[in-house]
Parts: sequence; C-alpha cells; structure tokens
Amino acid sequence: MSDFPFLLAMIVVPAVGAAVLAALPPTRQALARQLAMAVSLLVLLLAVLATVAFDPAGDRFQLTTSVTWIADFGVSFALGVDGIALVMLLLIGVLVPVVIGASWDEQAESDGKRGPRSMRTYWAWLLLLESMMVGVFAATDVFLFYVFFEAMLIPMYFLIGSFGGPNRQYAAVKFFLYSLLGGLVMLASVIGLYVVSNSQLGQGTFAFDALRQLDIDPNVQKLLFLGFFVAFAIKAPLVPLHTWLPDAGAEAPVGSAVLLVGVLDKVGTFGFLRYCLPLFPDASRDLAPLVLVLAVIGVLYAALVAMGQSDMKRLVSYTSIAHFGFIALGIFAFSTEAATGAVLYMVNHGIATGLLFLAVGMVITRGGSRQIRDYGGLAAKAPLLAGVFLLAGLASLALPGTNSFVSEFLVLIGSFPREPVFTVLATVGIVLAALYVLLMYQRVFHGPPREVLGDAEAQPEATGGGSTAVLTAPAPARTSRVLDLSRRELAVVAPLVALVIGLGVYPQPLIDLIDPAVQATMSDVGVDPGGSAPEAPGGTD
Amino acid sequence: MGPITAPSLSYTALSPLLFVFGAAAVGVLVEAFAPRAVRHPVQVALALVGTVGAFVATLLLAGTEEVTAGGALAVDGAALFLQGTIAVLGALSVLLFSERAVDPARSAFVAVAAVPAGSVRDRELATSSRVQTEVYPLATFAIGGMMLFTASNDLLIMFVALEVLSLPLYLLSGLARRRRLLSQEAAVKYFLLGAFASAFFLYGLALVYGATGSVRLSAIRDAAVTEGGDTLLVLGLALLVVGLMFKASVAPFHTWTPDVYQGAPTAVTAFMAAATKVAAFGAVLRLLYVAFGTADWTWRPLVYGLAIVSMLVGAVLGLTQTDLKRMLAYSSIAHAGFLLTGVIGLGPGDSGYGLAATMFYLLIYGLTTLGAFGLLTLVRDGDGEATHLSQWAGLAQRSPVVAALMAFFLLALAGIPLTSGFTGKFAVFRAAIEDGAWPLAVVGLVASAIAAFFYLRVVVLMYFSPAAPDGPTVGVPGLPTTIVLAITAAATLVLGVLPGAVLDLAESAAVLVG
Repeated sequence: MSDFPFLLAMIVVPAVGAAVLAALPPTRQALARQLAMAVSLLVLLLAVLATVAFDPAGDRFQLTTSVTWIADFGVSFALGVDGIALVMLLLIGVLVPVVIGASWDEQAESDGKRGPRSMRTYWAWLLLLESMMVGVFAATDVFLFYVFFEAMLIPMYFLIGSFGGPNRQYAAVKFFLYSLLGGLVMLASVIGLYVVSNSQLGQGTFAFDALRQLDIDPNVQKLLFLGFFVAFAIKAPLVPLHTWLPDAGAEAPVGSAVLLVGVLDKVGTFGFLRYCLPLFPDASRDLAPLVLVLAVIGVLYAALVAMGQSDMKRLVSYTSIAHFGFIALGIFAFSTEAATGAVLYMVNHGIATGLLFLAVGMVITRGGSRQIRDYGGLAAKAPLLAGVFLLAGLASLALPGTNSFVSEFLVLIGSFPREPVFTVLATVGIVLAALYVLLMYQRVFHGPPREVLGDAEAQPEATGGGSTAVLTAPAPARTSRVLDLSRRELAVVAPLVALVIGLGVYPQPLIDLIDPAVQATMSDVGVDPGGSAPEAPGGTD
Repeated sequence: MGPITAPSLSYTALSPLLFVFGAAAVGVLVEAFAPRAVRHPVQVALALVGTVGAFVATLLLAGTEEVTAGGALAVDGAALFLQGTIAVLGALSVLLFSERAVDPARSAFVAVAAVPAGSVRDRELATSSRVQTEVYPLATFAIGGMMLFTASNDLLIMFVALEVLSLPLYLLSGLARRRRLLSQEAAVKYFLLGAFASAFFLYGLALVYGATGSVRLSAIRDAAVTEGGDTLLVLGLALLVVGLMFKASVAPFHTWTPDVYQGAPTAVTAFMAAATKVAAFGAVLRLLYVAFGTADWTWRPLVYGLAIVSMLVGAVLGLTQTDLKRMLAYSSIAHAGFLLTGVIGLGPGDSGYGLAATMFYLLIYGLTTLGAFGLLTLVRDGDGEATHLSQWAGLAQRSPVVAALMAFFLLALAGIPLTSGFTGKFAVFRAAIEDGAWPLAVVGLVASAIAAFFYLRVVVLMYFSPAAPDGPTVGVPGLPTTIVLAITAAATLVLGVLPGAVLDLAESAAVLVG
C-alpha cells in the first residue's frame, strides 16, 4: 500500500483532469463541473490515504519517488514529503473541492458576440493549478521545485487575467512579474548551489538531501540565501515586496483568491522552512534580525493599512500580509514551538482566510459591490451568512476556540523567550486585527440597511478599466429576495467551518504530524529540539 | 616562387557544404532554363534536398575531427552541430518561403523586383499571381555561406563566408511583395551597415595578420601566447569582434536589427533571426575559443561588457515597441546577450561548459523564434501582415490555436520552465556561474524579468482584451507553414520537458579542432 506513488498520482490526476476538461465541448457545462469536482475529490482522497500511509516517526521524507530526469544537469524527478509538506497537501486537497463548489453556478460573462464563455476553462486552470501546487510541496529536488514554482504562475495568471475583476489585466501582469522576478533571482541561487555541489561532491546535484550536507562558505551562503529569500519574501509577501498581493487578491475571482492566499503564498513560508533554513543555516542565523524586522513591520503596517481599506477583498488581502508576518516571525525565531506554530499557522490561515474570502465573495454576489460602504444591515436579511462571516473573521483574529488561536499562541509563546522585543511588537498586531475584522463585520452586517441589496443597477465600482468582472453568479437574492445562504453555499462553507472549530479544539493530530519535521529542520539549523512535541494550548490533554 | 599546389580536400568531411552549394548552383541553372510553370516546385524541392541532404550528412559525419582544405576548414563536433542546426533552420525557412496559401497573391515575395515600387506596372503585378523563384537559390547560397562560416579555420575563409551569407540576405530583405518601400529601405540599411561591419572585420583581419603573421586560427593562437600584450593584436581582435557582433545583432551594434526585421518579408526575417544568429555565434565561438582561447584576457572583459549591454538594451527597448516584428527584433538582441553569457563560460583550459551551452541555446532559440515569426505570417489585414500590437487584441477568441501557440512561443522566449527557453537559459547561466561570472548571470536574470514584461503584454492582449471589431483575419496555413509550426512547437516543448538527449549531443559535440 505504501508503495503506491501517491504524490505522483496527486500531480498526474488533476493534470489529466484539466486536459480532459479543456477538451470537452463548451456546451457541456454541467458535465464539466461534475468532472472537476470528482477529480478534486479524488485528489483529496489520495491526500488522506497518503496521510494514512505516512509514519510520523519514520524517515524524514516518505512516499518517495525518484527518476532521473535531465542527467546532464544532475536533475531527478524526485518527490517525497515530510510532515510539513504533507499538511500542505491536505490543505490543498480540502480547499480545491471547496473552491470548485463555490463556483458551481457561476457563469463566465458573455462578451458581446462571442456568446457565453464556458466555465470549463476556469475549472481546467484550477485543476492544473492544483497539480502544480502539489508538485511544489512534494518536490525534493531543488530544480524540480523551481520548475513547479515557476510553472505554477501560469494557471494563476490566466485565472486572474481571464476571470478576474475590472482591473484584472493590471493585477495579473503585476502578479506574474513580481513572482517571475523573484523566481529568477532564486534561479541564480539554485545554479549557485549546483556549482557549489559540483565543486564539493565532484558531481553537481540538486537533491535536497545531498545539498543539505554541503559545507558552504558563510559569505557564499549569504548570497545564496538572499536569492532564495527574495523569491520567498515576494511569494509570502513581506512588507516592501507585498504590493502585488492586494491587487491580485482583489481582482482574482473569489475561488482563485482563496487558493492564492491560502496555498500559493504558503510556498514562500514553506520555502523559508524547507530551503532557507536547512541549506543555509549560518546565513539564516546571521540574517534573522533582518527578516524579523520585516516580519514585524509587516504585521503592524499591513494591519494598519487593512483598517483603511474600503474594498473588502483588498482588506482580506492585507490581513493576510499581516498573518504572513506572524508566520515569518515563528520561523525565524528558531525555536521548535514557534516553528511548529508557524506551520500550523500556515494551515489554519489557509482555512480561516479561505473561509473569510468565500464569505466576502457571497456578500459580493448579493450586493454586486466590493465596497464596504455599499452595505449595511445585512445580518437581518441573511443571518446564516452573517454567522459564517463572523466566525471566519474571529478565526482570522485568532479568538480562542478557533483554529488560528492555537497557532498564533504557539508562535508567540515560542518566540518570546528568544525575541522578546519583536514578539511584543507583533502582539500589538492582534489588537489591530480585532479592529479591522470587527469594523468590517459591523459595517456590512449591522447598521441601517443599504439600497444596494436587491438593486441590481447599483454598481459603484470605483476602479476604472473599461471592462467589468468576468465571473458572475446568478444572484438568487435579487429576484427572489432570499438573501441567506443557499444549500449549495452551506455545503461549500460547512467543511471549512467544521475545520475552524475542530482544529481549534483538537489540533493535536496535526501537531503530531508536523512536529518531527520541524524538529529535523531545527536541528539542521543547530537549534536544540528541546524535548517532546508541544502540547496544544487549551487542548484537551 | 614555386608552383601553386592544390590543397587536399576531404570531400566526405565537406559533404554538407557540397550538398548546399550544389543545390544553390543547380538552382541558378533551373532559374535560367526551366519553364516558368515548373520553376516553383522544382526550386523548392531542390532547396529542400540541399538542406535536408546537408543535415543528414552532418549526422553521418558525427564524430569527425579533421582540418581540411589546406587547414582552412575545420570539421569538428562544433562545426557539424552548428551546420546541422543551420541546415534544419534553413529547411524550415525554405518551407516558410514556399507558403502559397496565406497571401491572396500566392506569395510573400514581390513578383518582379526590378519594377519601381508604386508604378503602374507594380500595381498590376501586386495582384497577379506570378511567383518569384530566385529567392530559393539566394537562400540556399546564404545557408551555404552560414555553414562555411561556422567551419572556417582561417580568417580569410571566414571573411569570404561572411560575404557569401550576407549578400543574398541583403537582397532577400528587399523582396517583400507588400510595403515594398519599407522593405527596400530595410535592404539598403542592412547593406550599408553590413558593408561597414565587413570593413571592420577586414581591418581587424589585417591588424591581426600584422601582429601574428598568419590568418590561420591555430597560428594566431600560438602567436598570441608568445606575444601576449600586443596592442596590435588586441585592437585587431576587437575589430574582428565588432564585425561578428554586428551579424549576431549584439548591442551596441544592433541598430539595423529592428528596421531590417520589420521591413523584410516575415519569412526572411525568421530565417535571419534563426539561422544568421547560429552562424554568427559559430564564428564567434571559433574565433574566441580557437584563436584566443589561451589568451582569454584579450576578449573576456569585452564580451562581458557586450553581454550586459545587449541584454539590457534588448530588454529595455523591447518594452517600448508597438510592432510585433520590432519587438521580436529586440528580443533577438536580448537573446544575443544571453548567448554571450554562455560564451563567457569557456572555463580554464577548455573544460568549461560554455561551448555546449551556447550551441544548445542557439538550437532552441532558432527553433522558437522561427515558430514565432511563422505565426506572424498568418495574422493579416487588407494590407498584408497585421503586426501592430493593437491588432492582436482578443485574438484568442477568434483563433484559439494561433493564440495558444504564440503564447507558448513567447513563454519559451521568456524562459518559463517546461519550455526549451528555460533549459537553454539554465545551460548558459550555469556555464557563466561555473566560470565565476555570477554578476553577469544576475544581470541576465534581471533582464529576463524585464523582457518577460513585453512577452506577457502580447499574451495579455490576446487573451484578456476584447477583440477590436475590425481586427485582422487569421489565414489558414498551407501544408508548409503547418509543418514548420508543428516542428517548432514540438521541439520547443520536447526540449523543455526532456532535453537530455539533445544536451548530451551538444556536450559530446563540444569539440573544436584547429
């Protein structure tokens, strides 16, 4: 059973699914979405089975597959996961079906004479994106990682550019260029690593395990570290490099935005943990203060900017930047608790922010506007939606009992002994988080009701650009006056709601999965693992 | 003074050249004696026999290492690899030339070149379906000259080859059927600037001869070691490099490139962009590695600087272009810079990876750029090809296949993984970094990111913009263009996903004798 190439299957299945979808005739919309859903559920099943086959106490990398790919470059098609990568695969497995479900009834807007565009393209790109994301987390060869890292941009670029909001062209190009620039800088470091391995091992290689053993000169380490760091700091935006995310997050269709901040950007923080720390331990320690400064600036600055946003999707994007600051703090504090918390944070943020984005998307479907000022008093008409929105918001500000609390607490408690100043500063961010989340909730769901609900003509898009959003969902609200969640929408949010609460109460299984991998990473950087797995705060045991 | 003895010729080793030059010579005779009705098919067949025959010959000769024709020609791995590449690119270009389904007037070339543009006779001819066939022998001669260029082991032969490849190209550039004045202007510009470049080359040749007493590359190498530091030699080398860089369209010797690429018939532009670059870099590699490989201090700073200038000029000026052909011209300048990055990776004592990397890059760049130009011939409005960027808006809705192929070629030119462009970039940057030239590689990567912007802009236009109501039509390609597009697209994909075999080939062919 454990010989089955789960990881390869998780890459191949969605890619094949995407190809089949793209080949379907445009009229078979219903078949297309069923197929897309079936494929994504199959991937989820594979992820769950892979988790069952994974032994947390076993080798560092499991479920490995390795085939020589380009012999001249020493490249292998090598896959394998540790606990950290595995939980990310689970997150992908959960989010993709949810996202497909969320776009179930959406229509690609017809553009004049060419008639309605088929949603099959949208789902095909989503599945291709899933395949690439799995590849990024499962690669154990740095070259292969790089290939997936860059190839992943293309589906997301088309998702934003073809199906996004009014400013989608600008957002798509900005997203692509930022990521590509980061990737190219990383490529210089990847080649640099290869050259170092060539001189030390007598034969160039990209295998992660071999590269980890290298003894690199500290100055070279710093340069190579910076190459990787810039790429990852753009992906998981740290503050001076973050400006693409609010645009991309705001313009992307809601489902893509969920995957963008929920999974795609986690490649950055995952990269810190997987590549920056183990490969360049000295440089990581030397440059940690720099990273911590950026992280804390990110937490505070993004929270302040989020408060000033009038566009709900931009607001949620900024909250994510603040959260990424917390994750970076946890990683570069060099303690096992903080790093475990950071990994857990990566998962929890994907769930909580994913839910928040979906809730915001449902509000936008009903009101036709992204602006907070166009709403008010929605809670009276849509109590269930208000409840889901509030839960997502509370999870986002890490209220005890929600999943994010556990991770944020672990990050702060683990970082404090080592970096008290930065930790205290970051804690201020929690207060700010409460402000921006609750203010948004209050303005949208309480207060006097606004006309925009039920008035289809009110379309107060502030941003220009000539064309309007491409994806539109038929809004039952406007005709039937039923504003609350439909059954389909309930089914879409239910799994995430369950996870928010479930992981808030009992996160131990995830921690057990993550902890050995974090300890191995920390011992690479020379941090004393410091005993047993951290207990979940407020946990039952 | 003794009697002149004929040099011994190894006809086997020269068979690729003989094939091509033979086909060209027969082509001239066909032009003179065959009736008009059969000329076109005969000429196309002849040109294809010549180029494909030459390609097969290079394959059969693989592994040959010899110096022949009295030491004037070197037939070695590098020469054969590049000759094979030129033969393939040449054959594909000939196919593009022979396309008759796309233009309503049946050909992209002017019917009678001697008729003044805009005259009454010219207007009559513009709509007639008379077809020019001199282009095939001209192109075949150019291909022969390029193949000779990469094998020349002697500066004089190199100069002769330079002229043999250049003169037909000057003519070909001026033969467009539409927008004739633009085409003729391009031809004159190319000719004048090309003549200057030849003069530089010739002057450099004279200086090097003065410094070393020989035009043979191996003799120059021996002299360069013993007489290092000679001003005359360095100056001569610099002038030779200027002449070659002109042909390779390396900035700052690139100013002709955008005008000529824009004005020339697109099929000819494709041929020039792909094959001329291979030939010019073949000569650059041979000159620098064979003649000056042991004295690399003479050219390394020069090439280093040129690589940076070319990458940045190509990438930055490419941003401002609104015409696709000009944009691809600047892309070609940027790619010339990337190629020079590979040239830097000579390594100590010929151990570097630069030769193999540069040769591989030439192959993949040639195939991709040929495909991209081939696509340009399909998108047309009433006045010929629609190459203005705005005309490509919304093309994905009108013609999803053309748009998808174009996007794929552009992503390959931008160097996105899983396309051949990435493999090539990786190879040349690896060669440079292994040689310690990592600042150059970093500049190259930044330039790639800048250049990606203008490639992406086309993708954005095609996919994310609404179509203009009076947009261009997309012609249905005939068999020749279809073959070219299929081969180039397949090569771009395969060399991106499974490049192992061709990389091996390039590496085993990375041998220079001399």
